[in-house]
Amino acid sequence: MENIEEQLRETVKKLLKEKKVDLVIGYSKGTLPFHSTPVFIADEKDADNLIFDFTCGNNLAKYLQKSKVKNHGKIGIIAKGCDGRSIVQHIVENQIKREEVVIIGVHCDGVIDIRKLEEKVGRKEILKYQVENDKIIVEGKGFKKSLSKQDILSDSCIACKYPNSPVYDVFVGNPVPIAEPRKPITNNLESLSSDERWAYFEKEISKCIRCYACRNACPLCYCEECFVDQSNPQWFGKSPNLSDTMIFHIVRTLHTAGRCVSCGACTRACPTGVNLAPLGIRMEKEIKDRFGYTAGLDTEATPPMADWNEEDKQEFIM
Amino acid sequence: MTEHRTPNTEHRNWEPKILAFLCNWCSYAGADLAGVSRIQYPPNIRVIRVPCSGRINSTFVLKCLQNGFDGVLVSGCHPGDCHYITGNYYARRKFAVLKTLLEFIGIEPGRVQFSWVSAGEGEKFAEVIKKVTEDVKKLGPAKKLVKI
Ligand code: SF4
Ligand code: SF4
Ligand code: FES
Repeated sequence: MENIEEQLRETVKKLLKEKKVDLVIGYSKGTLPFHSTPVFIADEKDADNLIFDFTCGNNLAKYLQKSKVKNHGKIGIIAKGCDGRSIVQHIVENQIKREEVVIIGVHCDGVIDIRKLEEKVGRKEILKYQVENDKIIVEGKGFKKSLSKQDILSDSCIACKYPNSPVYDVFVGNPVPIAEPRKPITNNLESLSSDERWAYFEKEISKCIRCYACRNACPLCYCEECFVDQSNPQWFGKSPNLSDTMIFHIVRTLHTAGRCVSCGACTRACPTGVNLAPLGIRMEKEIKDRFGYTAGLDTEATPPMADWNEEDKQEFIM
Repeated sequence: MTEHRTPNTEHRNWEPKILAFLCNWCSYAGADLAGVSRIQYPPNIRVIRVPCSGRINSTFVLKCLQNGFDGVLVSGCHPGDCHYITGNYYARRKFAVLKTLLEFIGIEPGRVQFSWVSAGEGEKFAEVIKKVTEDVKKLGPAKKLVKI
């Protein structure tokens, strides 16, 4: 890991020095253990703050949209597989041009899910930790525990099919061999009845407090005005009424259908632990089965929901 | 939570309210033809005329379910016949995704339905309305997504 970080810093310094980029979006150490924070580096000197490890869960493609970032000029961006796919999706959707970004691919072994970690230590405060191969030793007041990294990995990472950025200009570390066994997360939702599925989602969504952290963390939620913020017309109520909240999540899912890259940033950002992943995964499958499209792989692709084909299946239409 | 579907018998006098979005150029004209041809069909639909099925925003459908409609029908021109050439092709993709998602979160498949009805298909229009009304009747009043 140390090794990758050193290489990463050197790569970034070089890019800045040679004026290949004006600003680099990356990660630095957060203020709490197991947290990283996005950083924006315009000066070579600051490149030593860069880190890259399993705490780097934010999807950095989010920042490509910000005008403060865009106005800097050419942007370098550190990209795990999912960040890379989100960047590709931005290019597909004409939000940024390929030549406006320098994509710095990194070797990613997955990021952790803080919620899983908290559960493992009984929600006690963690003061420090150290990594020994595949083990993580966490320490807090009156406890010390050794955890396996695999057990606290984010679900989206366990299921990840594209650990390497599909497009990059430089790559730090070695690309992850795709053959590496990463198994899909299975849920039995499909085999339940309508009512049972409704009951499941009702329970899950009733945890939602409408903070919109999921939307704010999503790299593909970049509309200047989100439908939930509109007041003229006001599509749906803004209080955490179950019907309104359900509809917020339905529309959020529809708006990200065919664009979501299953990075898991939304689920990780949620303060109340709503598991949003099944919605995105279901849409990803439908879009692939129906329209043969997988988001974020090909910069030349046409977005499936802005496209059509005479042969599209219409078995559900009378 | 488990008893979302109230058996029909409890609602002997209940008649479903169904909102039908009909595109101006085909399905609305089809409905008109059914009318002037005096073809009988259930009186359960309320019609909103839209310029094209491509005008339908998924939020329209959700808003109907939230405001207490028991069923929603969206109908447009047959593929290849859209007045705006490709409106219904785009719509078809939108509808496929909407339908899948609604069913996935647990909305009964019969609640939201889609059809292509041309201006010459008065008979088909009546058939579609009969089918949707029957399906929704079987499901009983909508409970999920209704705002209380
Ligand atoms: S919806 Fe969630 S998983 Fe999908 S791209 Fe957005 S943040 Fe990532
Ligand atoms: S982050 Fe969680 S609580 Fe906040 S709006 Fe999204 S699902 Fe709801
Ligand atoms: S005009 Fe009828 S579907 Fe477009």
